[in-house]
Amino acid sequence: MSEHAPTGPKSVLQQRDPAWAREFEAMMQAYEQAGGRSDVLRVPRIASAVISGNRVLAANSTEGVSIEAEELENGVRALITVAPDTKVDYPVHLCFGVIPKEGLQEIVSEFEIGEGAEVGFLAHCTFPNAVDVKHVMDAKIHVGKNATMRYSEGHYHGDMGGVEVLPTTRAQVDEGGWLETEFDLVHGRVGRLAIDFEVDVAAGGVVELVTKANGSAEDEIGVNEIVRLNGEGARGLTKTRVAVRDEAVSEIYTTAEGNAPGAVGHMDCTEIVRGAAVACNVPTVVVRDDRARVTHEAAIGSVNRKELETLMARGLDEDEAVDIIIRGMLG
Amino acid sequence: MENNVLLQMEDVWVERPGAEVLRGVDLTVRRGEVHALLGLNGSGKTSLALTLMGAGGYRLARGRILFEDRDITSLGVTERAKLGLTLAWQEPARFEGLLVADYLALGMEEPERARIEEALEAVALAPMAYMGRVVDTALSGGERKRIELAAVYAMRPRLAVLDEPDSGIDVLCLEDIMALVQRMAVAGTSVLMITHRDEMAEVADTASLMCAGAIINTGTPAEVREYFAQRCRPHEDQLGSQPWGDEAGGTYRRVISEGDVR
Repeated sequence: MSEHAPTGPKSVLQQRDPAWAREFEAMMQAYEQAGGRSDVLRVPRIASAVISGNRVLAANSTEGVSIEAEELENGVRALITVAPDTKVDYPVHLCFGVIPKEGLQEIVSEFEIGEGAEVGFLAHCTFPNAVDVKHVMDAKIHVGKNATMRYSEGHYHGDMGGVEVLPTTRAQVDEGGWLETEFDLVHGRVGRLAIDFEVDVAAGGVVELVTKANGSAEDEIGVNEIVRLNGEGARGLTKTRVAVRDEAVSEIYTTAEGNAPGAVGHMDCTEIVRGAAVACNVPTVVVRDDRARVTHEAAIGSVNRKELETLMARGLDEDEAVDIIIRGMLG
Repeated sequence: MENNVLLQMEDVWVERPGAEVLRGVDLTVRRGEVHALLGLNGSGKTSLALTLMGAGGYRLARGRILFEDRDITSLGVTERAKLGLTLAWQEPARFEGLLVADYLALGMEEPERARIEEALEAVALAPMAYMGRVVDTALSGGERKRIELAAVYAMRPRLAVLDEPDSGIDVLCLEDIMALVQRMAVAGTSVLMITHRDEMAEVADTASLMCAGAIINTGTPAEVREYFAQRCRPHEDQLGSQPWGDEAGGTYRRVISEGDVR
């Protein structure tokens, strides 16, 4: 445990330590750079957690939403539980970051969404000064029967490209459950990103995985997603939007398995390539039941000519038009 | 060139892989004019529109295009648009993540909310319901079509080329599109309008008939319709939808050289 570690995570309003305040302020600035609204973290009715390096700067639980966080040598272990049938009005806000130029942050998290609960999460991960920072996420998600979880994670990595982001997620969606995730890394450099996501979906369950990334210089973007539609009528979608330029590389591997009657899966990948960048998409379709259906579509390469010329016909030059198309795609 | 001539295509020939899509087009559009371009499917109307806009793959093999007395033959799409020439595509593109309001603002030198709202109203779309929507698959084909027309209207170009502005639009709203074309003309935009509908052509001051990649007749819309009915239909009856194709045994050549199909 860090010597600064509190005996237990406190809410923002309970903190009095000046050193804590300085670090918290630095995190808030970075949080806003990543697209977050820091004032929200001071609202008691909104569940939230702020984690800097291996320190839990704040954690606020609310009725039906429990956030337990424990500091580890290089990170934090967090258990987030939403009680059954809880309808959470405001998204749970999570802020992860490393402010120094170097560091390792390992987040071990577990999300337990109780039966019939509905909850959204807004996570922001920020590494604004990173030269050599590694951010490792090891998440387990359990979406209970007829529960809904929407999880949106935005990243800001600064302009140095010195970040490795390695998120691994194993998820289970129970009967009638709904899981939506969106991962955005579209501002600043990517550095190295390697997403590894596997999800099993039970009967009537739905999963939607959206990934957006914008790579430049020598960034490396890797996505490996596996959706197993195991229950009758389960549905799954993976949607990937990537733009790469300069020497950046993008490799997208997605698998959808239709393992039960009426299971429907679709994989949709668009990667725009400019300069000497390289992109690939490898979709794998597996069907184990003759009443299941899995499809995929991919568009890899240059910007769509018709979209480009439509915008140019409004007076935009080619570079402006390409930027607008990419911004829209990643927006 | 006459003083009131805005656009002139002179002996324009365009080749696409495997086909000559324009074969000696001569076309004049005057300032303030609504000019209807008529012709059967495959006669080259859309190719003419894309050639005018300078779209990729539609470079001239021969001839030239003059716009406001300036030779724009070698200019790209952006340069032509900056001179005041634009195109509403027959099947508008989809833009993931681009809001309708932002899309309309792109062509305006100084984007104004009031003008965006006016443009949407001009195509019978409620501004408050559409400005925040995305120009993608969430909109129907007809909605995207109207938004494309609204974007052209908001741009206030000198010449708007409208490729079948009535296609994909429900019949009940056809009058809105006809009114839009007239509003464009009143606002100082000349219009070259490709259409298959007689009602739309009635809005035009002038009409030209295209056949097998060439303009074969120009006059009032009524005159051109009459020309088509009297001279073209017999061949259509004999030969199907391509009355001047190779199977016509050289008829096409006479169409081009003599302006007659008999």
